[in-house]
Amino acid sequence: MNQWNNFSKGFFKENAVFTLLLGMCPTLGVTSSAFDGLGMGLATTFVLVMANLVIAIIKNLIPDKVRIPAFIVVIATFVTIVEMTMQAYLPDLFESLGLFIPLIVVNCLVLGRAEAFASKNNIGSSIIDGLGMGLGFAMALTILGAIREILGSGKIFGTVVFPEDYGMLVFVLAPGAFIALGYLIAFINQVKKEA
Amino acid sequence: MEYVLIVISAIFVNNIVLSQFLGICPFLGVSKKISTGIGMTGAVTFVMVIATIVTFFIQKAVLEPFGVEYLQTITFILVIASLVQLVEIMLKKVSPPLYQALGVFLPLITTNCAILGVAILALGLEDTNIVKSVVFAISHAVGFGLALITFSGIREQLDLMDIPKGMKGTPIALVVAGLLALAFMGFAGIV
Repeated sequence: MNQWNNFSKGFFKENAVFTLLLGMCPTLGVTSSAFDGLGMGLATTFVLVMANLVIAIIKNLIPDKVRIPAFIVVIATFVTIVEMTMQAYLPDLFESLGLFIPLIVVNCLVLGRAEAFASKNNIGSSIIDGLGMGLGFAMALTILGAIREILGSGKIFGTVVFPEDYGMLVFVLAPGAFIALGYLIAFINQVKKEA
Repeated sequence: MEYVLIVISAIFVNNIVLSQFLGICPFLGVSKKISTGIGMTGAVTFVMVIATIVTFFIQKAVLEPFGVEYLQTITFILVIASLVQLVEIMLKKVSPPLYQALGVFLPLITTNCAILGVAILALGLEDTNIVKSVVFAISHAVGFGLALITFSGIREQLDLMDIPKGMKGTPIALVVAGLLALAFMGFAGIV
């Protein structure tokens, strides 16, 4: 039960995007379509799980003073792996995510979990925490991407729902990202209050 | 002329915060008061310019000659992290008043994606050289400052307004940021 709470907290109670407001740059930057949001979310999940795993293993070997640089090196290693793998097997996604892939390394969510959770807990719970937080992040990005895609271009995951001419272009562009996320957070706060 | 285009494009057309979505964390985090906004802008400008210069030389002198460009992410973030530490220590000794003003913001800058983003973007410029990179970094920092200070000014006023209960705090701030981005879209097509 305890591990289940540990896993599920990332989806709702401590969702990175909706509650903790961590990792806002990729949240806003890559969610012009649901597919990009999902891809970014899964890439971040991979980095988060692997970084949590490695940091939980080596946490007792790292001197306290240099722990942040040490964490960053671990994270950057996995980001480089994701970057190279994606370039090789998913070139289209790699193109559309662009600069935001190397920037996973400075996603405050990843460093935040390493510092707040993995450096204090055992290997098993760290992996579960990383998985829960990462999938919660992926879920948030996919929801936001789907909302923007459907309002902006009348599609969802590339399937046409209504003709593109009726879409509000602004939701695909930068201002729509801020406004959609603002209303989404307001909606979720309201749901939480009633729950 | 080329430099004028870089400056205008970085500050207005492709504003780093409002159209490229870099540095959103400090943009939302320290924008409650104009004074903290100004402090953060100072710290970001300082580190962004130094980081761009240092990473430029690392790319040209180390990574490219040895053919290990794929280590870019790992090297750059380490360099930036240690640079921020170094700047902090130096400022403390050399200029205590400046350290007082910028001190609290410096540790936050390591995880500011605008720094790493600009360092990487500067290398992608056409026939890039050091002067161009510095101009590029400074104008992006100015664009960051413009967006951050305007936004904190609006947020100071928001405190006095009667906002619907569910929209208080982050949601209304995001909607305001969206409207600000909409205003900046008016600059599209200048360059």
